[in-house]
Amino acid sequence: MTDLTRLTAAELAASLVSGEISSVEATRAHLDRIAAVDADIHAFLHVSDHALEVAAGIDARRAAGDDLHELAGVPLAIKDVLVTTDMPSTSGSRILEGFMSPYDATVVARSRAAGLVPLGKTNMDEFAMGSSTEHSAYGPTHNPWDLDRIPGGSGGGSAAAVAAFEAPLALGSDTGGSIRQPAHVTGTVGLKPTYGAVSRYGAIALASSLDQVGPVTRTVLDAALLHDVIGGHDPHDSTSLAEDWPSFADAAREGARGDVLKGLRVGVIRELPDSGFQSGVSESFRAALARMEAQGAEIVEISAPHFEYGVAAYYLILPAEASSNLAKFDSVRFGLRVDVPGGTVEDVMAATRDAGFGDEVKRRIILGTYALSAGYYDAYYGSAQKVRTLIQQDFDQAFAQVDVIATPTAPTTAFRLGEKIDDPLQMYLNDVATIPANLAGVPGISLPSGLSVDDGLPVGIQFLAPARQDARLYRVGAALEALLVDEWGGPLLDRAPVLGAATGGRA
Amino acid sequence: MATAKLMDFDKALEMFEPVLGFEVHVELNTETKMFSAAGNPAHAANHDAAPNTLVAPVDMGLPGALPVVNQTAVRSSISLGLALGCSIAPSSRFARKNYFYPDLGKNYQISQYDEPIAFEGAVEVELEDGTIVEVPIERAHMEEDAGKLTHMGGSTGRIQGAEYSLVDYNRAGVPLVEIVTKPIFGAEHRAPEIAKAYVRTIRDIVLSLGISEARLERGNLRCDANVSLRPRVAAGEPPAPLGTRTETKNVNSMRSVERAVRHEIQRQAAILAAGGTITQETRHWHEDTGTTSPGRPKSDADDYRYFPEPDLLPVEPSIELIEELRAALPEAPAARRRRLKTEWGFTDLEFQDVANGGILAEVEATIAAGASPAAARKWWTGEIARVANAQDREASDLVSPADVAALQGLVDAGTLTDKLARQVLEGVIAGEGTPQEVVDARGLAVVSDDGALIAAIDEALASQPDVLEKIRDGKVQAAGAIIGAVMKAMKGQADAARVRELILERANQS
Amino acid sequence: MSEITPDLVRHLGVLARIRLSDDEVERLTGQLDAIVDNIAKVSQVATPDVPATSHPIALRNVFRADVPGDMLTPEQVLQNAPDAADGRFRVTAILGEEQ
Ligand SMILES: [Mg+2]
Ligand SMILES: [Zn+2]
Repeated sequence: MTDLTRLTAAELAASLVSGEISSVEATRAHLDRIAAVDADIHAFLHVSDHALEVAAGIDARRAAGDDLHELAGVPLAIKDVLVTTDMPSTSGSRILEGFMSPYDATVVARSRAAGLVPLGKTNMDEFAMGSSTEHSAYGPTHNPWDLDRIPGGSGGGSAAAVAAFEAPLALGSDTGGSIRQPAHVTGTVGLKPTYGAVSRYGAIALASSLDQVGPVTRTVLDAALLHDVIGGHDPHDSTSLAEDWPSFADAAREGARGDVLKGLRVGVIRELPDSGFQSGVSESFRAALARMEAQGAEIVEISAPHFEYGVAAYYLILPAEASSNLAKFDSVRFGLRVDVPGGTVEDVMAATRDAGFGDEVKRRIILGTYALSAGYYDAYYGSAQKVRTLIQQDFDQAFAQVDVIATPTAPTTAFRLGEKIDDPLQMYLNDVATIPANLAGVPGISLPSGLSVDDGLPVGIQFLAPARQDARLYRVGAALEALLVDEWGGPLLDRAPVLGAATGGRA
Repeated sequence: MATAKLMDFDKALEMFEPVLGFEVHVELNTETKMFSAAGNPAHAANHDAAPNTLVAPVDMGLPGALPVVNQTAVRSSISLGLALGCSIAPSSRFARKNYFYPDLGKNYQISQYDEPIAFEGAVEVELEDGTIVEVPIERAHMEEDAGKLTHMGGSTGRIQGAEYSLVDYNRAGVPLVEIVTKPIFGAEHRAPEIAKAYVRTIRDIVLSLGISEARLERGNLRCDANVSLRPRVAAGEPPAPLGTRTETKNVNSMRSVERAVRHEIQRQAAILAAGGTITQETRHWHEDTGTTSPGRPKSDADDYRYFPEPDLLPVEPSIELIEELRAALPEAPAARRRRLKTEWGFTDLEFQDVANGGILAEVEATIAAGASPAAARKWWTGEIARVANAQDREASDLVSPADVAALQGLVDAGTLTDKLARQVLEGVIAGEGTPQEVVDARGLAVVSDDGALIAAIDEALASQPDVLEKIRDGKVQAAGAIIGAVMKAMKGQADAARVRELILERANQS
Repeated sequence: MSEITPDLVRHLGVLARIRLSDDEVERLTGQLDAIVDNIAKVSQVATPDVPATSHPIALRNVFRADVPGDMLTPEQVLQNAPDAADGRFRVTAILGEEQ
């Protein structure tokens, strides 16, 4: 008998199609798992009270012979940055407590249309500002590998949910690494698509020119399957690309089967120094490269001289855009309102924003307001936009020589909760390897490369590809994943500690 | 509020040179908004929409909502730019103007900042006496309107003293084109007149393009007037630097623009002559008193933190599109006036009467509906203008050109006398229906039944035998007395010329 | 080298409509000073010959046909309103004037 929560989305989908299991069984298994472990993990801010109903609807349609999507009936966790009509959407902030959107985000609407079953909304750093999910107004999420450690951020809830087998699939958003860095510290898979490959409509904006929604899963194939559902052109998002995308699931399957590593040119960045990286992280990274090389990949040193300015540029562009995007939370139309007896609407707005925003959000709003204000624009925001050009040029030159670029996803394994909370600058350095992809708009994937020898915690490897070449990442990612899982004798997550009581639906 | 001291206008002009500038906001009449598919309240179909019924997620700044540019609004903006003689930017972009205000759903306005769609143009503005003044245009840019606030609980309905305000986001996101002039020098004593004529010209242009309803009283066209004064210098000396300007906001009729500029010149001159300084500020126009009062001072709170709108892409119209729109442009207003004057055969004075009344389009439409040029002019500059003046309304709001043409048709057919026609017009203006409907309802048609007229004539002749004698003796002018009596008996509903004919006939028969 | 002062932070709080307490102003001044020192290095490579990039993927002329849609019902518009009256959002007295 199988614990349904241990199945991948692809496996669940196959069992649903064959009729071996029902969506109600799959959904109930995950709800039971959430009930059993989420008190410890706190991956969810809200659990749907009608997921079983939705699942029953899918089962009924299947029984009636409806033509269903291949993922129909598979449960899905949704990052709370995405608005949903049937569950509150808070973006991890007190200022949006209880907010009910009158419309669904495009990715949510597409997931529903494909028959995925929303389980609930996952925890995150407030407005996606953070790398640890400690900045959630609703308390931190805990890393399933070690409950005293961070699950990464901002999408720590989605990553922890799939790592803790509370959901097979989750939606995330990535502005500077919020999908990839949590994947890295939780031993899961996450992909940030090419900017414009997935609609941002209904994703509560952090930094509009950097934000991208993407899949959070346990396997590369599952990420590809979910990406196929949510991707593609959306007329509600002007920055959405009107491309004909290939099937990413096909790309992942091809990668897992074939020998795509043979002759693959993999770039490693000369300027990304070993020194800033934990030795266990560097070791895991080099070992993975060696495995690829053994399969015929060619490791090429490339130069990206401007990546070192990436973090600085990012921490100007992001706060600037965020300061504007977050202006709408003003107590007038929705969200928190703090009454100020005898006060004007200006007083009410200012008091509401003081009470409703956490420290990190205020810090970045003030920083962004500064970077845009008269007299500073050219030196800060304007210069940061130029660094963006230089980083794009670095990528162009690199991709003239290599097919993909590989980096460790983040400098360290999961650090302890509270360890960096009072040191924003240290916190910001977590994103050093993931930020360039957001600045340049190129896609990036993180998948487990192993456990760090120094602390036994998961390490992720990141691959970057040229814009629009998301399929290449699924191919390469699936190839390396197949090699490593083979070497490990099973998925990395099999080595994670057992959580709570043994639970899970049986079939 | 203390009444500001004013200097005599002529004296003010002796001492100072006025420098003008205008920002006119034009609401486009597209079906949907600038950045959302919600219905546009500035479109005729949506005039009566209830509050918050024309709202898409992005208009009220809902989390996650995104803007998408309305293609028709872009085309209208390019057409307007071309009609203003502007160059169309090969690449223009949107920017966010950040400030907090409850009518602004996102707390930023999407506008254009450093890269407007149209720049560097000029419009010919014709003054009352036919003089043409060229007003230089700095730019025209696309942006969105804000929602509407209603201030409640105060005695005035104004912001001061209100206890609370209600917000309706129907207007939020209405497509606007903001037209900004360069400083206008050399206006001198004609400054108020130029102000009025400029706004009228912009209205003529957008109407001829068909891109806006252009009703000032509805806010489709809103003018902010900038005025500054600088002291005159002796001949040969370099000009004095520009004075501090004030911006009088949202003056909502052409006549008010004229009055507001005149008032600002007189007010500033009085302050400067007394050794005072002008505060750079916005000022509010008060229609009732014909004065302005201080509004928000410009301060460092005006740091709008503009930056390129990341949710929208550059607008890069092709040469083909620009040329297509250029080819479709209607005649420029000044050229159109020259043509119409010739076509209609009006004298200079007759034509200025029409042009200055702001009723050129109405007269043209009336002629197109079948009236003669002379008749159309007579109605619009005569009776309709008189009523408009008396009621302090725009002539174009009172009656449609089609009704005026129909009215004249009834006169031409002999159904109405001029006098009766004026009564019918009064009914039409009062909303009683078309001219024919008013005629029917009020029973105002001329009595064309000769039998009834003859009976009345015979009766009058019988009661005034002396007059009958005079007529028979060939003193035809004596018939006037009989005409008067008959018209009285007919309650005015007779054609006097026909009555006269019949009187002569009857007098010589009996 | 950075010029972050408590007065500047207070002013930024006014621009950003956040009522900052004196404690917050003090803490933010120190933190922002450190952050700004760090991120100011962008100007080292942002020379005049480098063009700015505002969008990661260059697109242009993305338009929507002028066809109505996407409208919310008045109930949906007001569904999250902290206060409403008469089909509209209600806010307390406004001090400043519109822009
Ligand atoms: Mg203005
Ligand atoms: Zn404007």
